Amino acid sequence: MRQLSLDINIAGIKMKNPIITASGTFGYGLEYSQLIDIKKFGAIVTKTITLEPRIGNPQPRIVEVVGGMLNSIGLQNPGAKVFIEEKLPKLKEYGVPIIANISGSKEAEFVKLADLFKDIGLSGLELNISCPNVEHAGLFAQDADTTYKLVRKVRKVTSLPLIVKLTPNVTDITLIARAAEDGGADAISLINTLIGMSIDIQTKRPKLANVIGGLSGPAVKPVALRMVYEVSKKVRIPVIGMGGIMTSDDAIEFLLTGASAVAIGTANFVNPNTCCEIIEGIKTYMRDNKFNRMLDIIGQLR
Amino acid sequence: MKIFNVKKEIIENKKVSSNCYRMTFESKEIACRVKPGQFLHIKCSDTYDPLLRRPISVHSIENNIIGILYKVIGRGTGLLSKKTSGDPIDVIGPLGNGFDYQLVSNCQLPILVGGGIGIAPLYFLAQRLVERGSNITVLIGASDKCNILCIDELKKLDCKVKVSTDDGSFGLRGTVIELLKKEISSTNSKLKLFVCGPVPMLKQVNQLVSKDNVSSQVSLERQMACGVGACMGCSIKIRNPKSEIRKNKMFDYKRVCKDGPVFDIKEVVWEDI
Repeated sequence: MRQLSLDINIAGIKMKNPIITASGTFGYGLEYSQLIDIKKFGAIVTKTITLEPRIGNPQPRIVEVVGGMLNSIGLQNPGAKVFIEEKLPKLKEYGVPIIANISGSKEAEFVKLADLFKDIGLSGLELNISCPNVEHAGLFAQDADTTYKLVRKVRKVTSLPLIVKLTPNVTDITLIARAAEDGGADAISLINTLIGMSIDIQTKRPKLANVIGGLSGPAVKPVALRMVYEVSKKVRIPVIGMGGIMTSDDAIEFLLTGASAVAIGTANFVNPNTCCEIIEGIKTYMRDNKFNRMLDIIGQLR
Repeated sequence: MKIFNVKKEIIENKKVSSNCYRMTFESKEIACRVKPGQFLHIKCSDTYDPLLRRPISVHSIENNIIGILYKVIGRGTGLLSKKTSGDPIDVIGPLGNGFDYQLVSNCQLPILVGGGIGIAPLYFLAQRLVERGSNITVLIGASDKCNILCIDELKKLDCKVKVSTDDGSFGLRGTVIELLKKEISSTNSKLKLFVCGPVPMLKQVNQLVSKDNVSSQVSLERQMACGVGACMGCSIKIRNPKSEIRKNKMFDYKRVCKDGPVFDIKEVVWEDI
């Protein structure tokens, strides 16, 4: 009987398990460190970092909806300099692969950030070309040609594993995924949030100051799963699945469907221990099914 | 500061006014660390609807028994109010920064100003200030006689309690702002205010104290997702003349859950709250 192993290698990022934190839900890893054992995670994806600090969107920025939440945070972050000098050194202490999620409003900003983040001890980059709350950013991942060109330019300046995060707010996500792959992406992550809105019928105003926001949480899981299913059949590079994963059963669905790893986002807000519980749940599932390694699960949908 | 996620049994969950409840449970981990003004992030539902936790301030600490005083506003707090003695409760805390009550000097007179359910965190503050030997005055504003909260408990602590009601059914007819005006004008002492209540009340307190330059801390309430400072969902505008992000705007967004919920009243950009 071989020993149970959750190890997974995604585009050269060696992880001890396939559980990753989803960008924007885990800060820079440090906020939750007082509450949970971050060392247990497969990898940490940071909140989006932009070249210059971003102030974010006006309030209210979040609203609860049935089975989920809408957010329009607007990428509030302290900028690349603060991330490199203050956040990253502390984050490195956990000994977990760190993937920096980066974004910009122009191609050149992505390129500059990727160049800046080359030799600072990161395990990978995730290109956020799909945030619904920022002007321009959503447009990158809504057009195959734009996606291809952007990824290609970033690819030229970095040898770090390059993950491209896609928006579900498109007609055919497989076209965008293929474009990212052709541009030189090492992995695809999906889905970012679905665009939605919510209205206060008493004031007759939208509940979010920004009017529309990104829907996340268990409500989006079937859509996310369907998109992982479609994309993983169309690309040769690994897919990181996310969207409404709350339990180990949810995570296993994504893995069976073709995701090589999964990211946990909104669930962290509800139960900060979700990632650790999912790791244990996957182990139990593997034991019950006499699986020894992740490849026994990944893409094994019949 | 260590944060805990504990699952405990409810000791009591009792209706204390037309729409407010007081719940108690035991948690040594939280009780021995929590400071007045800090809050707990409480799971109200066992399902995905409502999904998010509810931030509720700590109302009292007796030995290791934690009390929360909360108002039923929506479905989350509605579900919380249905829980009974012996039911499990899932709590994250202590969270946020708390009041700087330890900085109250001997020459300062602490005045606690609570509007409606805003009295909840101030009772815990009163407990701690009394332990320090401070003579404190508590001003309570309520809609009517039936909705005055904590008056007996505060009197038991030997606090000087003054009450206003909107309909005049108890104490002064009017708002807690009138009580505060009287308090400010009738004393020569240096005052230190600790304030919690609905936003319109807080804005009026701000106008009042900015004229008289009274040192004031205010506890704010915001809808939150993570509660620990990771998601930036509860950020509000806080004055910062040195803001690096928008030099012309002179403010930064600060997280109510992590940088607050207690702020200096002068820091808050009230026109945008």
